[in-house]
Amino acid sequence: MLPSLGYGIIVITFLVTLYSVAIALYGENKKDGAMIESARRAMLITLPLITIASAILIYLLINDRYDVEYVWSVTNRTMPTYLKITAWWGGQPGSLLFWSWLLSVFTSAVTLRKWDRDRELLPWVLVVTGATLAFFLALNVFYENPFKLIPAGVPTPLDGRGLSPLLRHPGMIIHPPAQYLGFVAVTIPYAFAIAALITGRTDDRWIRITRKWTLWAWLFLTLGLVLGMRWAYDVLGWGGYWGWDPVEIAALLPWLTISAYLHSVMIQEKRNMLKQWNMILIILSFGLVIFGTFLTRSGVLSSVHAFAESEIGPLFFIFIAFTFIVSFSLLIQRWASLKSETEMRSMLSREALILLTVLLFLSILIISFWGVIFPLLSELFTGSKVTVGPPFYERATGPVWGALILLMGIAPLSAWGHSTITTLGRAIWKPALAALIFPIVALVSGITNWIALSGFTVIGLVITVTIREFFIGIRARSQNEHLNENYFAAFLHLIKRNRRKYGGYIVHISMVLIGIGILGIELFQTDTQQHLALGEEIELAGYTLRYDRLDQFMHEDGRRITRGEMALSKDGVYIETLAPRFDLYPDGQPMTIPAVRSTLVDDVYVILVNWEGITRESTPFKVYHNPLVKWVWIGSYLFVIGILVAVWKDEDKKKV
Amino acid sequence: MKNSKFIIGGLLIVAAVVYLIASSTSASAEYFMTIEEVVAQQEEIVGKSLRISGAVLGDTIEYDEETLNITFTVAHVTGDNDEIESQGGLAKVLHDAVREEDTPRLNIVYNGPMPDLLQNEAQAIMTGYVDKDGTFYADELLLKCPTKYEEAVPEQVE
Repeated sequence: MLPSLGYGIIVITFLVTLYSVAIALYGENKKDGAMIESARRAMLITLPLITIASAILIYLLINDRYDVEYVWSVTNRTMPTYLKITAWWGGQPGSLLFWSWLLSVFTSAVTLRKWDRDRELLPWVLVVTGATLAFFLALNVFYENPFKLIPAGVPTPLDGRGLSPLLRHPGMIIHPPAQYLGFVAVTIPYAFAIAALITGRTDDRWIRITRKWTLWAWLFLTLGLVLGMRWAYDVLGWGGYWGWDPVEIAALLPWLTISAYLHSVMIQEKRNMLKQWNMILIILSFGLVIFGTFLTRSGVLSSVHAFAESEIGPLFFIFIAFTFIVSFSLLIQRWASLKSETEMRSMLSREALILLTVLLFLSILIISFWGVIFPLLSELFTGSKVTVGPPFYERATGPVWGALILLMGIAPLSAWGHSTITTLGRAIWKPALAALIFPIVALVSGITNWIALSGFTVIGLVITVTIREFFIGIRARSQNEHLNENYFAAFLHLIKRNRRKYGGYIVHISMVLIGIGILGIELFQTDTQQHLALGEEIELAGYTLRYDRLDQFMHEDGRRITRGEMALSKDGVYIETLAPRFDLYPDGQPMTIPAVRSTLVDDVYVILVNWEGITRESTPFKVYHNPLVKWVWIGSYLFVIGILVAVWKDEDKKKV
Repeated sequence: MKNSKFIIGGLLIVAAVVYLIASSTSASAEYFMTIEEVVAQQEEIVGKSLRISGAVLGDTIEYDEETLNITFTVAHVTGDNDEIESQGGLAKVLHDAVREEDTPRLNIVYNGPMPDLLQNEAQAIMTGYVDKDGTFYADELLLKCPTKYEEAVPEQVE
């Protein structure tokens, strides 16, 4: 009964969405405001409908309704309730429904805004978001019904198959929703861009309306990436957090285009330039978001994320091709009207440097995309099976990331319109001198790797230049007699007065902190693998690990847990006990859970290697020494703060 | 005139990206090959980065504890999973590869501590290159013992 109701609601929502798209198109054609209003209301109804369908699904998940195929495939009786709820997005049909639900939330929020000044955009925004929503609902309706019952005649299973053990982790609550929020939110600026192209309102109005949406999208895209990295580091047990897995790349690609877009829209707003670029970037972003969903969902590539295989892959491909063809044809039609009246003159002007930033982001996009498709092309054209691994991406994108960081240090000092070497040099020499402290500290602590030293130098430059920007603003305020502010008040008011600028600077700092962590683990990670008997020791990077204990026991949910204990010490001083684990799930899925001791300087990361069987006489341990990796997480926290500062409502500009 | 410097700048970026892609691809592309293919095309692929898999011949394993040099020979097994299944599973394929004397073989040199799993009829997955004499130098050696593996990981319930 309930499952049929759930499915029925999805079907009705699908029809309502189609109605909304059709009536919006028709109403626009007839210039009939009432019809467009009807389309708007229809769109508003989708949210409560999908919410009810989702609630039914969650109810079924929580209550062990194994007569529903999806419930059977992603939950079992031993899973805690919170994991049963997260099973909503734990498999193919449910996660598609989750996508639709998020899109419906965003679309409703947008539909409810005041449209007074932008009436003509409304029908087209409804059409674009509605068509996207209809596509995802159609997948649920025709191919991946989350409410499908097990075949008639088959007795209801007593227990479910359960969520893949890799997903049974608190990270499951937050990483997939963050990633999906980021993906889905991109739809909104895209819809407005298309509306602007169709209506010919190609000024920066669509950008201003969707500015916050884009920032939220960027925040969640970043969070999705970072949380995934953290989850991999804490749970997957390979000593790292980023493996250049195709799905990771698929999540990185829209992040790159949105990052580029956020920079290039500043030029359109300030100088009325790069309008064509902005259109290209937002169209690309939307395509990449769908592509990302497609990669995680289709199972075309082998990866940790390919837990769901299905036949809906080609449909995604068609949808992407369709959006690209329509979007780019519209763009070509409007190409001339998007030409900029102002010409870029100086190579060192702020706008030129930002354009360079955009190009560098796109370079990383092209390199990464090449890495994904090269094996496919090679097999297609030469017949030889080939792969490029992390070394390819590190080697090819490393210099580009470096150049981007360097630009973060230079661009804030350049002026809009015109800059020369002299003006830039005058502004940069002091921060550059101060930045030398970073490589000097690195040299003193024994680092001689030139990549690391130059990396730390540009990172240092970004930090000193950014601090200088804050300092100049604060000093100007605190010396202003009318304001009469102390330094702290000046700091707060400075940020409040221009949240976007200073939020952006905070993000810059957070990025280079992440850069410090990446340099540390990429260049200086060391590891060792040894078989130990109880009492024996491993030494790595000045640390000693003594193997003290081995326990094996059953967990109440049926896992067989093997847990080793190692005493970590440095220079003979005991620090703490690390307990790496190896869990074997009843269905045979193994899971290696590392033990980590983390400080600002380095992480000691220990795993039990399960491969060869574990005994007290011979236990295989693998130990990694990961310098500076904690800065990745510290940078990520700061990043969130930076975005929140930027996205917060600006105070009324008229007030001082 | 003003435009030309931007065009030159753009071309420089394009050139840099193309260079980065080309040089990194050739430096880090790994070719999947079977032992049969390696043996057959050995002269053309000297020095290329390869990823191969084969069945370990137990009698050929030699280990020098002083230098940590390990040498052994592997026999050709197919790289196609469906074919492995149709021939009766990985364990049987490995067993047959070692027993039948006419399967193509390749000598391997690896430097490192002796892995416990390096034993007769284990599957060795290696990355490395062949030299002109036809010896494969492995940088990375991963071993799987199908019997042990199946014990640890029972068939997943479908």
